Amino acid sequence: MNDVTEKTGWLARMRSGLARSSEKLAQNLTFMVGGGRIEAEDLDSVEDALIAADLGPAVAERIVMKLAAARLAGDIDMTRVRQVAADEIAAILTPLAKPLLVTAFPRPHTILVVGVNGTGKTTTIAKLAHVFQEDDYAVMMAAGDTFRAAAVEQLKVWGDRLSIPVISGKPDADAAGLAFTAMEQARASGRDVLMVDTAGRLQNKAGLMDELAKVRRVLGKQHPGAPHDTILVLDATTGQNALSQIEIFREVAGVTGLVMTKLDGTARGGVLVAAAEKFGLPIHAIGVGEKLGDLRPFDARAYADALTGA
Amino acid sequence: MFESLSERLSGVFDKLRGRGALNELEVRAAMREVRVALLEADVALPVVKDFVDRATERAVGADVLKSVTPGQQVVKIVNDCLVDTLGGENADIELNVAPPAVVMMVGLQGSGKTTTTAKLAKLLKDKRAKKVMMASLDVNRPAAQEQLKVLGEQVGVATLPIIAGQQPVDIAKRALQAAKLQGFDVLMLDTAGRLHVDQALMAEMKAVSEASQPAETLLVVDALTGQDAVNVAENFGREVPLTGVVLTRMDGDARGGAALSMRFITGKPIKFVGTGEKIDALEPFHPERAAGRILGMGDVVSLVERAAETLDVAEAEAMAAKLAKGKFDMTDMLAQFRQMKKMGGLGALAKMLPGMAKAQEAMASGKVNDKSIARLEAIILSMTPKERAKPDLLNARRKIRIANGSGVTVQEVNRLLKMHADMETAMKRLKKMGGLGALAGMFGGGGMPGMPGGAPGEMPALPPGMMPKLPGGFKFKR
Repeated sequence: MNDVTEKTGWLARMRSGLARSSEKLAQNLTFMVGGGRIEAEDLDSVEDALIAADLGPAVAERIVMKLAAARLAGDIDMTRVRQVAADEIAAILTPLAKPLLVTAFPRPHTILVVGVNGTGKTTTIAKLAHVFQEDDYAVMMAAGDTFRAAAVEQLKVWGDRLSIPVISGKPDADAAGLAFTAMEQARASGRDVLMVDTAGRLQNKAGLMDELAKVRRVLGKQHPGAPHDTILVLDATTGQNALSQIEIFREVAGVTGLVMTKLDGTARGGVLVAAAEKFGLPIHAIGVGEKLGDLRPFDARAYADALTGA
Repeated sequence: MFESLSERLSGVFDKLRGRGALNELEVRAAMREVRVALLEADVALPVVKDFVDRATERAVGADVLKSVTPGQQVVKIVNDCLVDTLGGENADIELNVAPPAVVMMVGLQGSGKTTTTAKLAKLLKDKRAKKVMMASLDVNRPAAQEQLKVLGEQVGVATLPIIAGQQPVDIAKRALQAAKLQGFDVLMLDTAGRLHVDQALMAEMKAVSEASQPAETLLVVDALTGQDAVNVAENFGREVPLTGVVLTRMDGDARGGAALSMRFITGKPIKFVGTGEKIDALEPFHPERAAGRILGMGDVVSLVERAAETLDVAEAEAMAAKLAKGKFDMTDMLAQFRQMKKMGGLGALAKMLPGMAKAQEAMASGKVNDKSIARLEAIILSMTPKERAKPDLLNARRKIRIANGSGVTVQEVNRLLKMHADMETAMKRLKKMGGLGALAGMFGGGGMPGMPGGAPGEMPALPPGMMPKLPGGFKFKR
C-alpha cells in the first residue's frame, strides 16, 4: 500500500477535491443567475446557494450585498459573480493561512490535538508527524485517546509505518498522566516535536472538556509554554455546529489553530469562512484524503477560488 | 439536541401568539423566519424549501386567517409539517427473514458506524433476545477490526475472528457462512467509512451488499452534518438499497437539522438515534416526539414509558397508598431519588419535560449531574429513621450532625428540607384537587398506558415527587 502521495500533485488534488464542491456551487449560482443579469429577487436565491455551501448566514448576506452593489454598477456575468464571491472569501481567509511551525525553545514543540468524535484527529496527527519528519524534525506521538476501543492501536500502526515512537498507556488510563509520561520521554530523548492525541469529545460535555484543561495544565507545568499549539480538527461535513465547537474548545482547551479534514468529498467546509469572521483563528492545514501525503498547508486564495470555481 | 432550534422557533411563534388576527403578509413573514431558523439548524436547503412551502400553503389557507387563535394555529401547522418531514410513526428494525438476518452499516468516515454497530448488537441481544454476531469489513482504517472486537467483548456479542489481509467481500461471505453454521439470528456487518465520491469503495460496498443480501442496510449519519447531508444520503442511496437511517451524536448541541433532512432525502425512516458515549445509549426514534421536542413541548410519552419500564410495582403501590393519605416523608423522597436514578438520571428526565431546555443544558454539560442526587441521598441516609419520618424534628444541632455525616454543609441540608417542604405542599394541593386517585392509579395500576384521567389531551399530571422542583434544590452554575 502506497501511503505517501507524491508531493507535486497536492494542489491538483486539493483542487480536484474542491472542484466537486465548486461545481455544485457554480451550478447553483448559474441556475440562480440565469442569463447573466442579476435581478433583485435572484439575490435571495444566491444567498440560498451560499448558505447551502455551509458558508453561514452572515457571510452569505455580506456576499449578496456585494453582488447587489455590483448589479447597480452594471451587468454581471457568471465569472464576475464567482469572482466577487471568491474575492470576498479570500479576503477573509488570507490573513489566517499560517502553516504550523516548530518554534519552541527549549524543545519539544508540543502540539495538542483536540476535537469532537470522528473528525480525524488521529489520522491528522499521523499526517502532521509525517510533514515534520520530512523536515528532519525528531517527532514523538502520545496516544492520548484512552477511551475509544483500539484508538491506541490505530496510532501505533501509524507510528510503525512512520518509524515514530508512540507513547501509550493502559485502556481507560488518565489522559493527563499519559501526557506527563510522554513529555518526560520526549524531553529525555531530545525530540523536537511532541504530538498529543486526545479522545474525541462533544463540546457540550463539561466533564470531558475539563479533562482537556487538565492535560494542558500538566503539559505546561512540566514544560513552560506547552502546549505551544492546540489544534482543533474540524470535519468539513460538519455544518454550523462547527462554530459552537470552536467557541467552546477555544475557551476550555485554549485552541490556537484549526485543521479541516475530509475536503475530498462533496462537503464544502464553507463554515470555515464564517468561523474565520467570528473567531479569526489561524487555519494551519486541510486534509484531502486518507493517505499520509494528503495533508497540506492551507492556501486561502486557492481554497476560495476552488470553492467558488473562480 | 433540538434545543436551540426550539428556542428560535418559539421566538417566532411568540410574536404570533398574542395576536388576535393575522393577515397573509404576517404569516409569510413568520414563515421566512422559520426558514432562517431551519437553515441555521443545518436542515438541507431542498428540505427547508419544501417544508416552508407546505407550511405556508396550509397557513395561508382560510383556517388560520379566520381562526380565533391564529398564532396557535400556525404552531400546530408547523408541528404537523415537522411530524410529516420527520416521518410520522416510529419504524422498527425489520429482521423477519430466514436467519441469519444481515444488517449492514454504511456511512462516511467518522460518522460512528463501529460504535453504532456494537450498540445495536447489544440492543438486539438484550431487548429482542437475538443471537447476534458482528463482523468488521473495515480493512482501511488501522485497527478498526480490533476496535469492533474489543467492543464485542464489552457488550458480550460474538465477533468474526479476524484474518489479516482478507478483503471485505470475502470477509462478508465468511461471516455469512459462520453465522449460518453457528445458528446466529442476526449478522451485523460493519463496513469501512467511505466518501460517496470514492467510486472504488462504493463499488466494493455494492459488491458486499450483493454478496450478503442484507435485510437491513442502515446509513449512519452524524447529527452534526451540514448541508452535505443531501449529497451523502443521495449517493449512498443510489448504490445500495437503504432501509433506514441511524443518527449519531444526538447528544451534542447541534440543532438537529440532519434529523429533519434524512427522511425527506432518503425516503427512509430514521430507525435509531445514538444519544451518548455509553454502549447502551441507542434509542428507537419517534418522529412525533422529536417534533414535540423541537417545538419545546417536551416528550412526556417517552417519560411515562421510561417510568413504566423501571418502576417497581410493589414499591410503587406502597408509595401510592401512603401518598393517598397525604403523607410524604424523607423515606418517600429517598425512594423518589432512587427511582429517578433508575429511570436514567436527571438528564434523561429533563430532556423529556417541556420547558426544561436550560436545566437540561446544565445537566448535559455535567454541571448538575447525578452526583447531585447522590449527595441528596447521602443527606437523607445520614438522618435517623425518626428524623426521616418527621423532618420537623431537625433542629440546628441535628442539622450540623447530618451535614457532618454526609459531608455537606448545613445550607445544603436546609436546601433539601426546603425541597421536601415544596414537594409536600404540592402533594397536598394535588390531594385537594382530587388528583390523587388518578395519581395512585398511575403509580399502582401497573398496566401503563392507563394515563391519569384528569386532563385528557393535556400533559399527564406527573407525580410531583417524580420531578422534585429543581429551583429549590439545585443551583445552576452558568
